[in-house]
Amino acid sequence: MTKLTMNRRHLIKSTAAATLFAPSIVSARRAHAAGGTLRVGYVSPRSGALSQISESDGFVIDAVRDTLGGKLETAAGALNIEIIEKDTQSDPNRAGDMASDLIYQDEVDLVLVGSTPDTTNPVADLCELNGVPCLSAATPWQSWYFGRGGAPMEKSFTYTNHFFWGSEDLLAVYFGLWAGLETNKVVGALWPNDPDGIAFADPNLGFPPALSEAGYTLVDPGRYQNLKDDFSAEINAFKSAGVEIVTGVMLPPDLATFMTQAKQMGYTPKFVTVAKAALTPKGVESFPDGLGENLSGEYYWGPQYPYVSSLTGQSTEMLCAAYMEGTGNQWLQGTGYVHALFEVAVDLLKRTEDVTPEAVVAAMNATDLNTCVGHIKWGDFALAPNVAKTPVAGGQWQSDGEGGFKLVCTFNDVAPDILTNGTLEPKVW
Amino acid sequence: MIAMSTMLNGVLLGGLYALYGLGLSLTFGIMRTVNLAHGDIIVLATYLALITTQVLGLTPLMSLAVLVPVMFCIGYGLQRLILNRTLKDGMMPAVIITFGLSFVIQNGLLLGFSADRQVLRQGAIETMGVTLAPGVTIGVFPILTLAVLLVMIFALQAFMGRTLLGRAFRATSDDPATAELMGIDGKRIYGLAMGLSFAIIAVTGVVMGIRSNFSPFDGPARLIFAFEVIIIGGMGSIYGVLAGGLILGIAQTIGGAINPTFFQLAGHLVTLGILVVRPSGLFPETIERD
Repeated sequence: MTKLTMNRRHLIKSTAAATLFAPSIVSARRAHAAGGTLRVGYVSPRSGALSQISESDGFVIDAVRDTLGGKLETAAGALNIEIIEKDTQSDPNRAGDMASDLIYQDEVDLVLVGSTPDTTNPVADLCELNGVPCLSAATPWQSWYFGRGGAPMEKSFTYTNHFFWGSEDLLAVYFGLWAGLETNKVVGALWPNDPDGIAFADPNLGFPPALSEAGYTLVDPGRYQNLKDDFSAEINAFKSAGVEIVTGVMLPPDLATFMTQAKQMGYTPKFVTVAKAALTPKGVESFPDGLGENLSGEYYWGPQYPYVSSLTGQSTEMLCAAYMEGTGNQWLQGTGYVHALFEVAVDLLKRTEDVTPEAVVAAMNATDLNTCVGHIKWGDFALAPNVAKTPVAGGQWQSDGEGGFKLVCTFNDVAPDILTNGTLEPKVW
Repeated sequence: MIAMSTMLNGVLLGGLYALYGLGLSLTFGIMRTVNLAHGDIIVLATYLALITTQVLGLTPLMSLAVLVPVMFCIGYGLQRLILNRTLKDGMMPAVIITFGLSFVIQNGLLLGFSADRQVLRQGAIETMGVTLAPGVTIGVFPILTLAVLLVMIFALQAFMGRTLLGRAFRATSDDPATAELMGIDGKRIYGLAMGLSFAIIAVTGVVMGIRSNFSPFDGPARLIFAFEVIIIGGMGSIYGVLAGGLILGIAQTIGGAINPTFFQLAGHLVTLGILVVRPSGLFPETIERD
């Protein structure tokens, strides 16, 4: 017994060793749900820079707990179920630490994880390595699959599955939105020098080839650094090229700086269609001088999805209404995906014939479920069998007439199930 | 026309950077310790302005009447009650305290205000522009920012150069032990300097909150530019802050006009270049302490 005093360095050393010698540790894990209790871990960025998108997590999980009442009737018998929540503080390294905690200390039977590659990827990697089933969502599938070293037909994953849409859907949605108004088809790009920006700007797999194929002219000034206070170079370039459509994948403060400066410099394009910067109603409200009005982008969940929760029987409208009533906040697009993660988790744990990683994975792979975000079934997507694709539409943040903004679905050609409830309007400056 | 627009935007951006650097330059010059929480204190001031506007119904610029004295007191209190206790142990404890303070502020703001982005609403002036020549249109608010900065710099220079208290500030900066022999209470001077720095930060915070939106974690990104401004301008020099800001701003916009990838790189290269050629900055006014 040399480690009576467990300090931070020891802990790091021992977890590093545990990671290296994972198989031996795995066999030392409890073989069955101890005391008849299933443990489900949930990792998300509850605090820190990404916490805005996780705002509804607590509410959704409490509702799931109430619905289950701590018990679950499974194919392996009646078991207690416990949900353990972990916060990454928006830090990918801490996301890995949280996954280790869940695996080694809490000895969970299933890990759920959502919201951005910085959260899903480190957690899924550790689960794959340690042979713990992991279900993830709310990260474009390319970031999750290629970002973790997946290769079609060559490398796939055994313990980790994912459901969401991908950049090809995003492109189809953007093109559909832009076709809604008469433009000169000149697109200006604001892609930063970060993993998202580089992926979007990739000359082979990103936006540029798709744009030129669809007949758009691209003006790409180059990768900029996040959190900068001046966009005059980009604005001058867009102005002189006559850009009418501005797109990008930006942090909210950068989009605010860009739009403020664009208006100051008299530049008013017809479209501002930017990923990442305008996902939540409060985020859209926080642009100076009401500049958030008529920002367009993806509509990836909301009351326009005509689906019903398999867990509670609530429609998407009812899920949104319950959240607004319970918290006083507007519904978020992320709410649906958190709920859907638990829908799939409960469904597969009901079907699992034994509480072993292998049995849980078998149940996960056999999933065929209608959830509040759409139908989820793995194996249909040939490129990446661990990925189930869910539908996405296009929308716009229009004024609600009371100083706030609401996300209106205006384009559904990619996923006709989703209902539109408005028409596209030019960007207001 | 694009060249002229680039230069003008560089000057205006430089005004903002100089504003970031001014409060830091003051405490760096006098106490010779680095306030690593500088960026977070700017964000704190922005949130205090948000509360003031909501509670008292003032516009952000009017809220400064309340905010400047409040921030002065917070700064004075911080220095006298916490940082002064560590003076005898050299500069490291104070640096580490401000490092910790930065986390306390970030997470305190997160608890109080959530991670939702907020904005200070000053009305149409936020996005107004003026056309100086065909094709050259610049924002009214950045011009106002530069004007505010110039007024503060001239006022601060006059205060340091012409008043008894200003002289005490400079004396304490150069040689605290001898200054104490002359009857200057060094701890009180440090407190006042931190208070003054916080009062300047109040103005910086309001300007930042009107220009863009903000969240509890935006502080550290401001700190680096504040540092570069001081490195270029020279420690303890007030006019140096202006020069440092303008050089950094113009370097960035010129770099950005060539390719947006070079925007911040150009600023960093200029900073590094100055460090190589003149390690103490362009206009250093402090003398080396032993």
